[in-house]
Amino acid sequence: MTERIVLDARDLVVRYPGSPPVVAVDGVSFTIAAGETVALVGESGSGKSSVARAVAGIDRPAEGNVRFDEGPVEPLGVRRRARSLTAIQMVFQDPSTSLNPRRRVGDQVADGIAAARARGLEGSRPEEWFERVGLDPSWVSRFPHQFSGGQKQRIAIARALAARPHLLVADEPISALDASTQSSVAALMRDLVAELGAGMLFISHDLAVVQRIADRTLVMYAGRVMESGDTAKLWADPQHPYTRALLAAIPKPDGTGRIPAAPTLDDRASWTTVPPITD
Amino acid sequence: MSAERGTGNRTDVLAAGWRTRLRWPRAWRSPLGILGAVIAVAWVLVAFTASWWVPFEPNAQVLPRLQEPGVDTLLGTDGTGRDIFSRLMTGATVTIPLALMLVVAAMVIGTVVGAVAGYFGRWIDETLMRITDLVMAFPTVILAMVVAASLGPSLFNAVIAAIVVSWPQYARVTRSLVLGLRGQNYVIAGRLLGRSPLKSLTVDILPNIVGPMLVLATLDIGAAILLLSGLSFLGLGAQPPTAEWGSMISSAIQNFDAWWLGVFPGLAILTVVAAFNFLGDALRDILDPTAEVARENQADRTSSATGAAA
Amino acid sequence: MTGVLTIDELTVDIGRPLVKGVSLDLHPGRIHGLAGESGSGKTLTSLAVLGLLPRQATTGGSVRLGDTELLRMGRRELNRIRGRRIAMVFQDPSSALHPQLTVGHQLTDHVRTHLGLNRSDARDHAVEMLERVAVPNAADALGRYPHQFSGGQRQRICIAIALACDPDVLLADEPTTALDVTVQAGILQLLRDLATERELAVLLVTHDLGVMSAIADDVAVMRDGRIVEAADRATIFAAPQHDYTRGLLAALPGSRLETGTHLEEDGA
Repeated sequence: MTERIVLDARDLVVRYPGSPPVVAVDGVSFTIAAGETVALVGESGSGKSSVARAVAGIDRPAEGNVRFDEGPVEPLGVRRRARSLTAIQMVFQDPSTSLNPRRRVGDQVADGIAAARARGLEGSRPEEWFERVGLDPSWVSRFPHQFSGGQKQRIAIARALAARPHLLVADEPISALDASTQSSVAALMRDLVAELGAGMLFISHDLAVVQRIADRTLVMYAGRVMESGDTAKLWADPQHPYTRALLAAIPKPDGTGRIPAAPTLDDRASWTTVPPITD
Repeated sequence: MSAERGTGNRTDVLAAGWRTRLRWPRAWRSPLGILGAVIAVAWVLVAFTASWWVPFEPNAQVLPRLQEPGVDTLLGTDGTGRDIFSRLMTGATVTIPLALMLVVAAMVIGTVVGAVAGYFGRWIDETLMRITDLVMAFPTVILAMVVAASLGPSLFNAVIAAIVVSWPQYARVTRSLVLGLRGQNYVIAGRLLGRSPLKSLTVDILPNIVGPMLVLATLDIGAAILLLSGLSFLGLGAQPPTAEWGSMISSAIQNFDAWWLGVFPGLAILTVVAAFNFLGDALRDILDPTAEVARENQADRTSSATGAAA
Repeated sequence: MTGVLTIDELTVDIGRPLVKGVSLDLHPGRIHGLAGESGSGKTLTSLAVLGLLPRQATTGGSVRLGDTELLRMGRRELNRIRGRRIAMVFQDPSSALHPQLTVGHQLTDHVRTHLGLNRSDARDHAVEMLERVAVPNAADALGRYPHQFSGGQRQRICIAIALACDPDVLLADEPTTALDVTVQAGILQLLRDLATERELAVLLVTHDLGVMSAIADDVAVMRDGRIVEAADRATIFAAPQHDYTRGLLAALPGSRLETGTHLEEDGA
């Protein structure tokens, strides 16, 4: 793996207006190298999606900065996005709203190809990308409603990857999918991103899937990264009490009928008091 | 892999099935919609062909005055000996095309304003929507009267007046639709691929609001006809001797005993307004986005069921 | 031995057969798991019990609650049983509650209908139920609206509503799928305790074999509208007989996915 850093996020703070303002992300820093898959896990409301949107430049963070390929990430505004920034692509949670219902899916994948070509990269055809994500290339002329949720997500992945991104931000890309296709889609993403030599920020609350595909894992709680490190190590030997509670709460399919211990309110209160653990 | 392919094929077949089996029957199940469509089409045909087949010149005063409806003159004659039937049909050639034009113009203006406001948000939105509110705050007919009065009474000025008062509702609806779509993943994905805001609007957003806008426009045609006739009735639109429904009713007041003078233009307005409203309602049922979502979910579920089966 | 709810050779046909002869026996105090991927017919099975299938569906076989046949029952009679003797908890607690009504309103409404309690008795009963499902400050909670609660608490409220009329049977369709794992653990414990203490027969529908292993007493694995394997929990997990069950268990985390396996995996 090359150690070229594609994404460097420093001290991100995201606030949402309100009185008092809601601090969704409270000082998060991390880097992603080319070819690396970094997972961001945490419960709903922990600020994972806010990190994703800030990193992809959809929303402007209140504080901190995001550098991508040595340049700053300018948030989307009234201008067209700078060409170099089309190398950040995103896959969203809900496949049913990820594709324009009135356009043929092949045309939408072609948008991704056009973005790659605009950066001076070699062109490709939508059919190739369909093949790569495991769909029949002859389906390019269909409309989104003719596909199931899992297939739509594959098309959205094809569109994102056709832009030949250096960084793919995937915000809960599998949680809306059928249980049977979740791990296959996740593995597909990991493989294709690695093939392109891109980095991936993979956000999920599904720890089982994260364990299988991520090189490094960041565990978020209440807007802060509580623990980060090599995925295998983090699973084998979690240090932070929150990580431990999170891992212990997953019911094991061992047939023993053991119900995982539920964290108490005191536990929850204590998690924020223990300082973050990084390696 | 094979399962996924199989699923896709079946989804396709299923989707086609839903189309043919569900869409049409649902439309046919609304008899009012069919009735509305038939009447509306008939009136539009009349509007574009009447001048060739009406029995009398609409302004020719060649018949006995105030003749009751009968065999020679189907709907009677008016106080100056003009054939009501011919004038009624000719009235359609005036009112209906103008109403259509009015609605299209109001829709275009309103859609552009609403889409820009909704898409760009912030101060652009604030400014545009406050202007819209300002126009909306006036009672429609009064504002139209002000415009028509200041430009001088003529049918063309009445149309301008009607456009001025009609566009804000389109702007409002468009804005809320665009606001809803702006945050959709595919719109954001398009922007991330380097699409400019204008392209994003025309490619990703506007095609997806055409359905509801058409429904609104169809429902609005009735209102537009009422407004135009109303202005003519008040003397601010069509001027005598132009055959126009509103002014026909207006002049009918002078001969109050001759019921046929006012009743037939009134019926004409009633049927055409009702027809377009029925048509709009039926269109709304057919194009209902929630129904579409429900159908899609259904297709999703059945397709995953087939997927498992395969 | 026959249970409190007996499903016998149930078939459901919506355009084509989707449930093809499912038999299940639910017993008081036991949690019966129904596992399978989506599209296997497990949710349709639970909907058929309550008569909640789409209009164009046709059913066959029988579903008996004690001696009462539910499948061919009229709407009005079925309404008397739904909520009173058979209750249901859904996957998404946020859409299962009415956003404009207070929790107290939703908890007392059907209690008053079904049990004929007066206003203050119904209120006491509601507080008791909320306390049982461990919603903090139960008395205050009655006056609040669903959006003021977290997802886990909403699901607890849904369970309280479901159990308010003291039903014999609880159908739980993916009751923890929308929840965070740390919250899920508490809900699972609650379901287990309630089943035991109220002699409740629970039908637990889930695709999550971890959840299944945690609280189900008996497990039936469904695939393509049929039950391919049914046994007690220990047997299913320790010594699965059917290839499909083995495949499901083998697909669970433990080893890192090999590159390229996604292509084969789809052909489930």
